Amino acid sequence: MESSRTLPVSRRGVLAGGTAAAAATTLPKVAEAQAVRRSATPPAMPVSFEVNGKRLRMNLDTRTTLLDALREHAKLNGTKKGCDHGQCGACTVIVNGARINSCLSLAVQHEGDKVVTIEGLGSPDNLHPMQAAFVKHDGYQCGYCTPGQICSAVAVLDEIKAGIPSHVQADITARPQASGSEMRERMSGNICRCGAYSNIAEAMAEVAGAKA
Amino acid sequence: MKPFTYERAKTPADAAAAVMRKPGAKFLAGGTNLLDLMKLEIETPTHLVDVQDLKLDRIEATADGGLRIGALVTNTQAAADERVRRDYGVLTRAIVAGASGQLRNKATTAGNLLQRTRCTYFYDTNMPCNKRKPGSGCSALGGVSRQLGIIGTSDSCIATYPGDMAVAMRVLDATVETVNPQGQARAIPIADFHRLWGDTPHIETALQPGELITAVTLPKPLGGTQIYRKVRDRASYAFALVSVAAVIQPDGTGRFSVGGIAPRPWRVDAADQALQQGSAAASAALLAGARPTEDNKFKTTLVERTLAGVLADSRGMRNAA
Repeated sequence: MESSRTLPVSRRGVLAGGTAAAAATTLPKVAEAQAVRRSATPPAMPVSFEVNGKRLRMNLDTRTTLLDALREHAKLNGTKKGCDHGQCGACTVIVNGARINSCLSLAVQHEGDKVVTIEGLGSPDNLHPMQAAFVKHDGYQCGYCTPGQICSAVAVLDEIKAGIPSHVQADITARPQASGSEMRERMSGNICRCGAYSNIAEAMAEVAGAKA
Repeated sequence: MKPFTYERAKTPADAAAAVMRKPGAKFLAGGTNLLDLMKLEIETPTHLVDVQDLKLDRIEATADGGLRIGALVTNTQAAADERVRRDYGVLTRAIVAGASGQLRNKATTAGNLLQRTRCTYFYDTNMPCNKRKPGSGCSALGGVSRQLGIIGTSDSCIATYPGDMAVAMRVLDATVETVNPQGQARAIPIADFHRLWGDTPHIETALQPGELITAVTLPKPLGGTQIYRKVRDRASYAFALVSVAAVIQPDGTGRFSVGGIAPRPWRVDAADQALQQGSAAASAALLAGARPTEDNKFKTTLVERTLAGVLADSRGMRNAA
């Protein structure tokens, strides 16, 4: 790895250069077609929200998702981009107390919101109980889905406490319990391709004081 | 994603007028379906009118004993509401059977009604699709159609309305309330809200250009045993192959609607009338005139068996009560 840094031309540089050259040859056609409806500079807007207790102000292309604002602009790359279509849950963050897929939300929708990411839950020296439980129970293998799993797991226990119903409840009018089947159902929006599910369930059960 | 400008509207009528003012403008609520489609450039709005500040996020009792669910009430909020759970259990059941916890926290009542089909050919921009590109053809006819419609479809499109929430709203006879760019309100029965699209499958609802959903109203509670049973390829976080929303009274009469089989939640008066004769008679009445494909003809049997399960459950729940 060390030697690649000293190479005069990086792989990334070659790819970027190639893309730019290809763009230059096709640009007039594309520009002509788009001029009809869209201006040359993509619209940008100021947006401000709180991330992990810190106020952030950014000027963003309106297309920027909350996920890209966190990773590429706020440089908080603990939150992961998996599918970018709301199917895998790797991008899960907690906004105003509720977990959402940050890939399916525009940053400009979040003016004034309070966002908590994996970096805001705990730090290596001071782990959130759920982070500590994931470590103890080996709730991951490659680790890519883990920030989303942990944010989701923390929010799931809050949702159960708040009495939000779920598909597996026998009596929909009753208060849900932090049972294994409840936690598994509520975590179905977080995919783990390494298949660490049973260990994730153990970690959640420990934090909830329940059986997995 | 194509570039777009963005604004936040302050009132429902302003939002409707704002969308009408700019060609290519669209409303943005939760965004969970629209942004997905924008990333794939299936939707390419030039301007988004964000409706989150319209204060349509409350659930209120109506004068005639029903409930009015604001357009921006999230799926989680609607499902968790004590009145919905107690008096409209089939609605809570349907909502929590859909999507994931993260999506239900963001998706709204109005947005859920307006979600687009999940037909794979609609999503694949390399393939012809009359819904995505009118006149280009239907790849699903003769293609892979296991998930798609068996009734109410046409030679132009055999897609389904994919949602769960609306299937329960259909059995409850909900009403969709709207406001247009001139500020006029209108009430659309849920039965007429999703169109049978015929040869214009790109027009999916009764909404006019710029018309904004403000609420969904539920009539006074029906009582009875309320059940939503969803059959899918995995136990959670998957679209329905077939789903049944039912309200069954102690004497065995009742009503039901079925999801996953048609361009809209499918309910037939004659099928409701036949419920007391059992699932075979009721599902035969429901599916009269069905035109399944080779891939999805199993849904005909699946409707009957799912309904049989629902009726058995309703008897069990009555006996237990």
